[in-house]
Amino acid sequence: MALRSLVSRKTLGLGLKLQFRGLQTFSLPDLPYDYGALEPAISGEIMQLHHQKHHQTYITNYNKNIEQLHHAIEKGDSSAVVKLQSAIKFNGGGHVNHSIFWKNLTPVQEGGGEPPHGNLGWAIDEDFGSLDTLIKKMSTEGAALQGSGWVWLGLDKESKKLVVETTANQDPLVTKGPLVPLLGIDVWEHAYYLQYKNVRPDYLKNIWKVMNWKYAGEVYDKEHS
Amino acid sequence: MGCFSYYLFPSSPTCQVPVTGSFACQFKTTPYKQLPTLFKQKRKQFNGFQRASRVVSYYALKTPPYKLDSLEPYMSKRTVEVHWKGHHGAYVEGLNKALAKSDILYGYTLDDLVKVTYNNGNPSPDFNNAAQVWNHDFFWESMQPGGGDMPELGMLEQIEKDFGSFTNFRDKFAETALTLFGSGWVWLVLKREERRLEVVKTQNAVTPIVWGDIPIINLDMWEHAYYLDYKNDKENYVNAFMDHLVSWNMAMARLAHAEAFVNLGEPKIPIA
Repeated sequence: MALRSLVSRKTLGLGLKLQFRGLQTFSLPDLPYDYGALEPAISGEIMQLHHQKHHQTYITNYNKNIEQLHHAIEKGDSSAVVKLQSAIKFNGGGHVNHSIFWKNLTPVQEGGGEPPHGNLGWAIDEDFGSLDTLIKKMSTEGAALQGSGWVWLGLDKESKKLVVETTANQDPLVTKGPLVPLLGIDVWEHAYYLQYKNVRPDYLKNIWKVMNWKYAGEVYDKEHS
Repeated sequence: MGCFSYYLFPSSPTCQVPVTGSFACQFKTTPYKQLPTLFKQKRKQFNGFQRASRVVSYYALKTPPYKLDSLEPYMSKRTVEVHWKGHHGAYVEGLNKALAKSDILYGYTLDDLVKVTYNNGNPSPDFNNAAQVWNHDFFWESMQPGGGDMPELGMLEQIEKDFGSFTNFRDKFAETALTLFGSGWVWLVLKREERRLEVVKTQNAVTPIVWGDIPIINLDMWEHAYYLDYKNDKENYVNAFMDHLVSWNMAMARLAHAEAFVNLGEPKIPIA
């Protein structure tokens, strides 16, 4: 343990530590804007709790799970390996999803809510008819999702088409097929409850005002080519 | 507390009386439709009547058995209001809308409606509303002002018998609550076959009555149940429930009622 922390290195930007024998642990990535910068669409209090508490908890537990997995593999304990899978999917998925979510949002003065241009804009028109139709579809599916989960705009790597999908709890989009997440909206109650309470549709109406379509367009261009 | 009065509780888990606090009637003529086989048998008994006209009874939002501010400071009035009127109310409304639209849901008690819409694990769209109405009706009555602390008498004895000690039970209940992934419920149930108490968790709207367990206590682990008061600190919420809110009186009543269906052992006959 002591040896491991001695050789650990924090690599900049990626929020990831390289450790002895290749075992990596993760740390909370910085938010690319201030907590209050998405107001009034999402309050600073929500952003701070969501980032510092919720995302951090997923990372803490994910790191624990990885270490447990490492030990289980070393001991050749297959049933322990399998048993860890649901926790890894949940905590690891929580880390993956939130890391995407922070990049999906941006303050209005930095282009939040500005409609997508370029290839993604064209693809949306082609696959959904219009941006409004897509937004309506994602908002409706997000509002109808039972319990906790996410609604996604993804790119199907095989058909090269855009798709709207939902995932339960912290399941990442990859659990639904060969899909690359362009946008993910967190519809867990912790993402909006302090501000919107039981009115999830209002949260889903306002979040588009701080949506970072530029980021989604960059991922699209990279994956589509 | 007189033990026999427990049998009169209207919300007991296996009670066959519909939980309609009040109901409105509406007459409507609808053409006979092809029904899924699942509902066919049930439908038969109403057939003659329904061909002519139809009576629809709607569910009412059941009021918690205490003032909305009386769980303070452990559960704020604000939380109870939004949770009860906003969330619970929306499930009732959704269920009533479904009942108004579709006559295949007619004629069931709420218990039966939950079970039939669960459809052996392939729930129909109406399961969610029906089950969440059931779960919330049950949840408000699982708490009381000045609740918490220790159960007594038969309830305590049964817990000690099945968990070893009350502390073991409490730890298990809390651990189960804190390890639930996403939204859902934690339950103390009586298992019919095993004839023992057990702690179980369910996802989203699922309620253990669908697989025949008899619920004694439930705790809502959806974030809306605690977020305004405890934010991300669900451990604090679970502790507050166990220490100050859970109604062991109601638990004892439900267990007494359950004993009508499950034999928990030799009766203790007092010596004169």
